[in-house]
Amino acid sequence: MSSLLTQEVPISWYLLLSAVLFSLGVAGFLIKRNLITVFMSIELMLNAVNLSFVTFAHQWHAVKGQIFVFFVMVVAAAEAAVGLAIIIAVFRARATLAVDRIDLMKL
Amino acid sequence: MHLILFVVFAGFCLAGAINLLLQSHPINSALSLIVVMTSLAVLYLLLGAEFLAAAQVIVYAGAIMVLFIFVVMLLNAGREEHTLGSRTARSVGFPAVVAILAVIATVILKAQGLGVATLGEGLTNAQGSTNIEVLSRVLFRELLLPFEVTSILILIAILGAVALASRGDGPHGNRERTGGE
Repeated sequence: MSSLLTQEVPISWYLLLSAVLFSLGVAGFLIKRNLITVFMSIELMLNAVNLSFVTFAHQWHAVKGQIFVFFVMVVAAAEAAVGLAIIIAVFRARATLAVDRIDLMKL
Repeated sequence: MHLILFVVFAGFCLAGAINLLLQSHPINSALSLIVVMTSLAVLYLLLGAEFLAAAQVIVYAGAIMVLFIFVVMLLNAGREEHTLGSRTARSVGFPAVVAILAVIATVILKAQGLGVATLGEGLTNAQGSTNIEVLSRVLFRELLLPFEVTSILILIAILGAVALASRGDGPHGNRERTGGE
């Protein structure tokens, strides 16, 4: 019980959590068939990378690591706005959100 | 305390991420993604990144996910259908993902010199300097130009989003709309 109350968690646990979240994001990107859910998986991957940035910033007391997360958030917000606009445009043109049916650029 | 909080919220994170994969309706996936992002904000707090925890809740769990849910409801997205493509992606994708995870986990577990995360330890050990102070000092002095460039990026993104999502009454708009049907 006393070990439960210690104030320390290994850094590698945070990194492992980040790796697992990233892998789940990749898996979602591969297996989901809905355009919006695929986009959500990308957001999940960005979040996983942010977690490892914050973890390393904590370990080395590096301010730039947290600032990098800030920039990633800004870029993610811009990406979400543009990406969802593209999804709306695609839906308007093809009337579907299934990634298998959006195959105009397929050879 | 740190360990308990870490285990609880890491569990929430993983449960939310797995639920995102398992749900077939986009709105359920979006709600589980909100769970993931909010739990990540708590983990940021544990790591001493107060500003990022607040920004995570406001920007990610707030703004971005509202945008997602808005689009899901606007387009009336229904259940996803399983096709041949999804079955092959599932059979090829899962081993590949497990392989990626194994490689990353091996690297992390073999890495030397990874310390422990201590609760209440900030970016600097100096007394009286908060997380936001330290961040803003670097952000507005050293990295002022990149910070201003991101504002231009956001402006361009807004203009692009408006241009893409607008009806498109220009010369291409009608052709594209009828071409899809």
